[in-house]
Amino acid sequence: MSFPWARHYEPKNPVMKWVDDRLPLPRFVYNAIGAGYPVPRNLNYFWNFGILAGLSLVIQIVTGIVLAMHFHSSAAGAFESVNGTIMRDVNAGWFLRFAHANGASMFFIVVYIHIFRGLHYGSYKAPREMVWLLGVVIFLLMMATAFMGYVLPWGQMSFWGAQVITGFFSAIPVVGDWVRVWLLGGYAPDDATLNRFFSLHYLLPFVIAGVIILHIWALHIPGSNNPTGVEVKGEQDTVPFHPYYTAKDGFGVGIFLILFSTLIFFYPDYLGHPDNYIPANPLSTPAHIVPEWYFWPFYAILRAFTADFILDAKLWGVLAMFGSILLLFFLPWLDRSPVRSAHYRPMYRVAFWVLVADVLILGWCGGSPAEPFYVITSQIAAAYYFAHFLIIVPIISRIETPRPLPNSITEAVLGDEGGSRITATAATA
Amino acid sequence: MATFEEGVSPGQTVGPGGELLENPRRRDYLTYAAASVAAVGAGVVVLPLVNSMNPSADVLALSTTEVNLDAIEPGQAIKASFRKQPLFVRNLTPAEIAQADAVPVSSLRDPQTLEQRTAEGHKNWLITLGVCTHLGCVPLGAGEGESKGPFGGYFCPCHGSAYDTAGRIRQGPAPKNLEVPKYNFTSDTVVVVG
Amino acid sequence: MTSIFLRSIKFLIGLGFVFVLLLALLSSITGLIKEPPKQTAEQALHKHPKELHLASNGPLGKFDIGQLQRGFKVYKEVCATCHSLNLIAFRNLADLGYSEAQVKKIAKEWAIKQPVFDEKAGSWGERDNLPSDRFPKVYYAGTGNPPDLSLITKARHDGAAYVYSLLTGYGEKPDPAVAAKFPEAMKTPDGMHFNPYFANLNIAMPPPLTSEGQVQFDDGTRPTVDQMAKDVSAFLVWTAEPTLQKRHEAGLAVLIFLLIATGLAYGAYLTVWRGMKH
Repeated sequence: MSFPWARHYEPKNPVMKWVDDRLPLPRFVYNAIGAGYPVPRNLNYFWNFGILAGLSLVIQIVTGIVLAMHFHSSAAGAFESVNGTIMRDVNAGWFLRFAHANGASMFFIVVYIHIFRGLHYGSYKAPREMVWLLGVVIFLLMMATAFMGYVLPWGQMSFWGAQVITGFFSAIPVVGDWVRVWLLGGYAPDDATLNRFFSLHYLLPFVIAGVIILHIWALHIPGSNNPTGVEVKGEQDTVPFHPYYTAKDGFGVGIFLILFSTLIFFYPDYLGHPDNYIPANPLSTPAHIVPEWYFWPFYAILRAFTADFILDAKLWGVLAMFGSILLLFFLPWLDRSPVRSAHYRPMYRVAFWVLVADVLILGWCGGSPAEPFYVITSQIAAAYYFAHFLIIVPIISRIETPRPLPNSITEAVLGDEGGSRITATAATA
Repeated sequence: MATFEEGVSPGQTVGPGGELLENPRRRDYLTYAAASVAAVGAGVVVLPLVNSMNPSADVLALSTTEVNLDAIEPGQAIKASFRKQPLFVRNLTPAEIAQADAVPVSSLRDPQTLEQRTAEGHKNWLITLGVCTHLGCVPLGAGEGESKGPFGGYFCPCHGSAYDTAGRIRQGPAPKNLEVPKYNFTSDTVVVVG
Repeated sequence: MTSIFLRSIKFLIGLGFVFVLLLALLSSITGLIKEPPKQTAEQALHKHPKELHLASNGPLGKFDIGQLQRGFKVYKEVCATCHSLNLIAFRNLADLGYSEAQVKKIAKEWAIKQPVFDEKAGSWGERDNLPSDRFPKVYYAGTGNPPDLSLITKARHDGAAYVYSLLTGYGEKPDPAVAAKFPEAMKTPDGMHFNPYFANLNIAMPPPLTSEGQVQFDDGTRPTVDQMAKDVSAFLVWTAEPTLQKRHEAGLAVLIFLLIATGLAYGAYLTVWRGMKH
């Protein structure tokens, strides 16, 4: 965008020229994800995950629209319409339903990798703070959408998930109980709850799509980060997005679809919970209620707070759970190190991998029953989680001595020799 | 960077980073193959999406309706439901049959005789869909006390199509006779439609 | 002053959360020391399902039609008295190899009829089942709530193996040494039955399959209790997902296509990037 050597869109035929003069949409696409967008040449496979997240959203919207054509949003008919009509009678309904349910999981897998990519390579730092902030907004919207979607089949986990999650809001002092009843439209999840969740579940993906456009817009102002974290210095550091990264993303999409199809066709229930194949029963709670796997780390943080201190334990749990996501908004200002990539930050690099392990441990605890061993483990892991972002990273960013950075992306790619040689060639050519 | 030292040969160009690139035309082959296979895949994926909007198995399973003719007196008609559409079953009087037979077939918009529109040996049973062939309204004439229109059969109040005692279009905008569904008599008084 | 406060606010918040978590940790640990968790009867006596090999297992599993027909017979003659099969329609039985006429006959002769509301009389009556009807609801007045079986193999961990183990597990008495530690749990309440594969150990359902030959198989298979349990489990895998085999077949085709497409995409990627060091 702002690179002077970016290629310019030239309409090839009179029709395209006519369109370009009146509505320059092809030009816009060309500059956004076409040959007009110069991208660092050294991006690794972790940079595939942005496109994959976009693809996941498209898959969810397309399968979701068709499924909504067959879904009955009523407490009496929802379970039957999903597990009866859609799974058995609608043409290819089982495929659409499994694709949508597992598509949500794929979306989260991809987005978690995308987020950790950003954490590892410092993609949240200046001048890309806005990209990061919009990303956290997308993540929050995704979580709300996924939660409401999981309620729709109206199985046991759907019902008790709705009960528990809306229960968070009853932790708010004074107005909590009123807020909960307002969210449910009743005293327990029922038709009113199901219908509003269905309505919002249909709406939010389009809001997400809108925020994604802003996310990409904000990204194109400074251009993409890269594994070295060194800014683009000149034309030799970049390649046009198309065909270079379209080709690489094509391969990435293939791998993504292979894993996705394996889930849909061979292990469609692997990531789900058997209890959601039992129709919702407001009079009986399942023995172990757990959310979907992508919420496990946050669920573990919620359950880790078991002691009252000024506020009661329930409120602490809810505050911490929301706080654990909201603090990501402040990350660009918590980490003041001028060096982006963890590759050149020996201390941060260690802290990063400890965080990865920590979140995996939290996830494991969140998916396990609330037995003492898991509670104690999640208390330690949750303490590290907060310490990482609020204490360890700010301190590291002050005391750490980074390894020497390469002068440019090209130098990093070709090694010292290559770098100087390229400069020489550029002079002769 | 050994290749760099060898210099630029005719089939190659220098890339933006100063490296050698194969002639762009030579890379087309594999790229086009990959793009075409991807396009085929995307096309195939559309099929289940479109197909899911066709009638589902439970809808198709409801495709027969049994009607008991016992209680229908000559001159009377009943409305039943076939594939969620109204079905008219009418017991014609000899006068109505004669009226239908008296019409010269060649003068009709949709030429058909009463014989062609009823089952053999059951010429008095006129079984048609109650769906006007113009734009799908339900014509009057089957219910008690409803207007049968100028030709004594059915009359569609939406746009004024009039059908005769054989359910044939005689006046108004409808292009075809009332549709006769497939059916067969399992006994003298029971007919299975569909 | 204020700027120092603002600059250290992150540490304060961080330390706050860590402090509360350490408090919670302390209370968890003291609680653990004061009251070490005792093994419950369920933990000690509950058994994991036995292994069950069905033709439909695994990523490329197919249904064994003969076994499904036998399983349906077991369901019809034994289970159907108490358990409904709400999500299956009689017409679905065509998948088990029954002809249209046979399906019609099964529906017509089904013991429980379809309820119909007579609009003129204002009362409920009943009619024979049609192929297009779902299996009628079963009303059960005794102890316990017999669950609908349509999705039972999806609604339990290790679905089919669980059903098979439960049906054949009534006779399995626990190790007396372990059982002696839980005298309370071993007192099976009246009307209940001990079964180590059931989560609560005591189940309201009396042993449904008790003797060889309880159901006579048309294909000459020896109707042992074990065989009947296996067959009905296989049948319930089918009821839970009649499209399972179709899913496996479609999946194989899709994966083969995707592997080729991805191979080509990788080739295209290498060609595009040839000569570009990155």
